[in-house]
Amino acid sequence: MAHDTHDSGHASHVDHAALGEVHEHPTWKQYKWVALILTVITVVEVWVYYIPSFVASRLFIPALLIMSAVKFAIVVMFYMHLKYDHKLFRVLFTGPLTIAILTLIVLLFLFGHLAIHAG
Amino acid sequence: MATSAVVGHGGAHATHGGHPPTTTGLDHRKIAIWAFIGSECMLFTSLISTYLVYKGRSVSGPFPHEVCNPPQCATTLKPILNIPVTSMSTFVLLMSSLAMVLALAAVENKDKPGWAGAGWWARQLESSKLWLMVTAILGATFLGFQAFEFTSFVHEGLTIRKNLFGSSFFTLTGFHGAHVTVGVLWLLTLFAIDVRRGLGPKDALLVDISALYWHFVDVVWIAIFTLVYLIR
Repeated sequence: MAHDTHDSGHASHVDHAALGEVHEHPTWKQYKWVALILTVITVVEVWVYYIPSFVASRLFIPALLIMSAVKFAIVVMFYMHLKYDHKLFRVLFTGPLTIAILTLIVLLFLFGHLAIHAG
Repeated sequence: MATSAVVGHGGAHATHGGHPPTTTGLDHRKIAIWAFIGSECMLFTSLISTYLVYKGRSVSGPFPHEVCNPPQCATTLKPILNIPVTSMSTFVLLMSSLAMVLALAAVENKDKPGWAGAGWWARQLESSKLWLMVTAILGATFLGFQAFEFTSFVHEGLTIRKNLFGSSFFTLTGFHGAHVTVGVLWLLTLFAIDVRRGLGPKDALLVDISALYWHFVDVVWIAIFTLVYLIR
């Protein structure tokens, strides 16, 4: 940290290239909408948790997984700026994430939590 | 917020902040934090996998979503997860992410007074100290919720050694709590630097890196909240 603290030169502005930004970041208004959407999705998630008929239905788990994935993607794209940053960062994040999720799915099959019923 | 679109990753223009140019044109520290976050994805997925694999295989209570009746338990135990409390802590963590992006925006635009517009709210938006402190306080509040949850679980008979659920649950959420703790300390350090000498655009990368870490902690909780707390 101290290293940067005493830098001079053109240090009076943000070095967007070094930060890997290829597009402008969102504005306050966009951040506000993102926060609102995240809150609404969270409220819906908790709401459906308290509907016994929905919990008993086949849609319950897929619906929760989809809502969670949407929240995850929104935070990563807008708050972590992955949508606006260099593609190398996307590769560094989505590569390990893909491997991890595939491993999780394989483990669930292996231990009998998931199954494919043929015929 | 950020001023202009940028380009080129060739490297010729990449000398910044006294650092030598890099082949990618990107700062090594930012590449490093993304690589670190990628590795953390694998760590947390392994912990979540462990939780899910052990799910429903505890032979004694308390259980997360089910009532535990004798003889499985000495007395009847209600489901142990407290969804209203955890929903509140989830909301707190989501709001901390909003505060964090506002802190980063304030630091990036410190050399442009009035960038947020006019009026009282615009002046608040321009204060990096305010948003760094708000983020740290919200993070500490989340930890308070977690401490309350852990304490009440122990009082209800669930410890890390009680059953498979207890072991995998405390390990997963404990690791996450440790990450939040590191994040809060990091934010307080940035706040102290801001108070002492002021954070400006030249420090944007430092705040950006801490923000990435903080948002990652948030997305991990988004996954945990659904997979552990809501899915029965």
